[in-house]
Amino acid sequence: MLIFEQSKSGRVNTAQQPANVNSETDIPSEFLRADKPVLPEVSEMQAVRHYTKLSTKNFSIDTHFYPLGSCTMKYNPRACNTLAMLPGFLNRHPDSPANMSQGFLACMYDLQEILKDVTGMKEVSLSPMAGAQGEFAGIAMIRAYHDASNGGKGDPERTEILVPDAAHGTNPATATMCNFKVREIPTNSDGDVDIEALKEAVGPHTAGIMLTNPSTLGVFERRIKEIADIVHKAGGLLYYDGANLNAILGKVKPGDMGFDVIHMNLHKTFSTPHGGGGPGAGPVGVSERLIPYLPVPMVTKVDDEYHVVTEKNNAQSIGRLSAFMGNSGVLLRAYIYARLLGCDGMHRVAEYATLNANYMMKQLEKAGFELAFPNRKATHEFIVTLKKQAKDLNVNAMDFAKRLLDYGFHAPTTYFPLLVPECFLIEPTETEAQDALDGFIEAMIAIQKEAETDAEKVKGAPYTLPVRRLDDVKAAKELDLTWTAE
Amino acid sequence: MPFIPHTEEDVKSMLAAIGAESIESLFDEIPAELRTEGLTKVPEGVSEMEISRIMSEHAERDSRALCFAGAGAYEHHIPAAVWEITTRGEFYSAYTPYQAEASQGTLQLLYEYQTMMASLTGMDISNASLYDGASALAEAVLMAIRANRKSKSKRILMPRTVHPQYRKVAHNICKGQGIIFEELDFDMEGGHIRADSLPKDPGDIAALVIPQPNYFGVLEDIDALTDWAHEHKALVIAIVNPTSLALLKAPGSWGEIGADITCGEGQPLGAPLSSGGPYFGFMACREKYVRQMPGRIIGRTVDLDGKEGFTLTLQAREQHIRRSKATSNICTNQGLLVTAATIYMAIVGPDGLTKVAQASHNNTESLVKKLESTGKTRRLFNRPVFHESVMLFDLPTDELMMEMTARKILPGVDISDDYPELGNVMLICATETKTDADLQTYADLVTKLSKKS
Repeated sequence: MLIFEQSKSGRVNTAQQPANVNSETDIPSEFLRADKPVLPEVSEMQAVRHYTKLSTKNFSIDTHFYPLGSCTMKYNPRACNTLAMLPGFLNRHPDSPANMSQGFLACMYDLQEILKDVTGMKEVSLSPMAGAQGEFAGIAMIRAYHDASNGGKGDPERTEILVPDAAHGTNPATATMCNFKVREIPTNSDGDVDIEALKEAVGPHTAGIMLTNPSTLGVFERRIKEIADIVHKAGGLLYYDGANLNAILGKVKPGDMGFDVIHMNLHKTFSTPHGGGGPGAGPVGVSERLIPYLPVPMVTKVDDEYHVVTEKNNAQSIGRLSAFMGNSGVLLRAYIYARLLGCDGMHRVAEYATLNANYMMKQLEKAGFELAFPNRKATHEFIVTLKKQAKDLNVNAMDFAKRLLDYGFHAPTTYFPLLVPECFLIEPTETEAQDALDGFIEAMIAIQKEAETDAEKVKGAPYTLPVRRLDDVKAAKELDLTWTAE
Repeated sequence: MPFIPHTEEDVKSMLAAIGAESIESLFDEIPAELRTEGLTKVPEGVSEMEISRIMSEHAERDSRALCFAGAGAYEHHIPAAVWEITTRGEFYSAYTPYQAEASQGTLQLLYEYQTMMASLTGMDISNASLYDGASALAEAVLMAIRANRKSKSKRILMPRTVHPQYRKVAHNICKGQGIIFEELDFDMEGGHIRADSLPKDPGDIAALVIPQPNYFGVLEDIDALTDWAHEHKALVIAIVNPTSLALLKAPGSWGEIGADITCGEGQPLGAPLSSGGPYFGFMACREKYVRQMPGRIIGRTVDLDGKEGFTLTLQAREQHIRRSKATSNICTNQGLLVTAATIYMAIVGPDGLTKVAQASHNNTESLVKKLESTGKTRRLFNRPVFHESVMLFDLPTDELMMEMTARKILPGVDISDDYPELGNVMLICATETKTDADLQTYADLVTKLSKKS
């Protein structure tokens, strides 16, 4: 039942409203609204009960194993939330001057330093509000760099961004937003970038390349230095998509691989909550040559006092991408997490995420599942392809995914990357115990048996969730995007 | 080990299953020369108890300020239940609802949110959020260019009464796509865009942006501006404060046919000030433009058994399907903040939101009067406002700011840098959270400081 269907005109929560409000307004009537907006009129308890019940219809990390590849669904420590929501942090207005902000700015400055260290980049700006905005900032900086080249005359020939065909969809979408043409680079059968194709693709029109390493295929790009040399020699820059930073945290620094700019997804690697689709945070780090272009605001420290750096101080900056300082509350959570982990905790993240992924990969292979890259080690994630099941049993990856829900596991990422047919991209993260991994593997084995003996059962899944499979075609054709009273 | 559950025995048995000698050997595909020596700037890990102490001290340094600043971020009372429910693990630690059957809680909530926002704005439909108000404006501009089939231009008319940071963000995000922003200047007496100052023959323009209330708190002549834009085949992008919509005319009712796209900052609906984020951007529009809208959209449908359910829809607009041809690169946005906003709106209801809006407006008016009675400042613009006002002070605003912040009072936002022609001006706001005593404290300090200088 929708909240609106529980509404009754005239029901008000007086305790949550300001008292004694003089309702005679001095605002002239020509500016005023005539109708009452459709907001629910329910008691506080009704609202609490309704949304508590709704919450129980979700899978979440706190309730289920959630091996969603490329999303790093690791445990979100509760302390990070509790401490980021201390009143001193919640009540600080974003326009507070530095003398009212030293506590908050100190945390932001320290976080910048920590992120510089783990990425091996020279400078970091925390302001982008999500991975995709970090990407935008990165590509906008690459554009600004080329525009300022040749003594300020620019390099208008550089119109192309190279993107491997395995890349996340945001990469090409971002390049387009920055008015670059996208040129796809194929992947070879081992999951590495096709170097010969790359050599043919680069040239005076190359502005840069966007890479994820480990790639979205769950393998480490071994010839990364060579790729960096090829692109740099052609005058292009290297962009690192930090989606998979969890796999190499504290082990390898993107700066050492030759990248010029990177974005991090703090809602992945630094365990800030995914929140049912955000908020994220996508700080960017850069090499020496891109420092002038970093987005503002940033935080600097002078004589033990923290200050905010704005456009005024950085004339060449690509500017600001949010009204204030990005998703500050998310940044605080990431900072708390980083401090809890400390330097030793960082590389342990990569180690145990990798251990868990390789264990699952091996166990699934032993159980008869086909790996997309059987000759490679898993990084923090790996790919199983269910193309045989689809062909022989007419049970596809989506069917397996939906049936897993009945077994109490959130499905892995399905049908991404697009290169591998009927794929499952599986990322267990370091925070799961062996028992959870074994439970998932047993479920996969059980579903395989079901597929062999009673395919229809798998194809009809799920059965135990609040709804069964939904009619997506109806949803798109007969658009019902808002409720109206009958 | 923090947040890693493995025992030594687990590790042994897992390595044996893999057939690997050590965890380290799992990294042997990574070229040795790329392996790092270690981290030098990350401090040693601390316990939960220690970090609690550290963070409490940081938070304490910035706390207990008395805030009279608005300018796009407003201190409103948030019912306790809002964040109690929002931070339930089932909302807090869920991902984007791609697996609809396992995400009905979030999906139904988003559908309810879309309904509330569409109604507040008077639009047909709403998306499920963007990052913040400023980036929502940028997305609205890009959307208007796509949606306005009658215009071939990439010209956008942007009043200087739009939040200066929003204008910067819109420019920074849109400039790669060749969008041209033409600024409209405001009337120095009213602090608004005069409809009769608009060009008679503006040429081909894609959209006019109309803020209500504008950055100065001033109410724009929305009906005349909207009709002017439509006469010239431009779309109208409304940028509004959602709290104000409990009182003020919804953009869907502006002028003859209403605005086409509405966007804004959702923070006043249940998000704490929190140093500027996370907040959320909202966007609503006419149904005919739905396929040009960026961001997630939730639809109601039925399942195999004919039972009602909710799902992400119209995904063909989005980056994970369309890649380089998507309407936007947006992916993760601000789901949790929308959860808070939906619960906030459900608890305050239409009556409560009206009271919040009216009380905030009354408090600001009351503060303006108290400040004017000091004789040291006056309201700059003569037009009606909503819950915010520009005050012109006799004393330099930086001095005022220094003296008052030293006493933990934020007297407003000094906007003289962005509008040097206005002189010593401060944009002030007193929401429903302020008492008469708070307002008097501000006025008394102005009197005291003026005597000193």
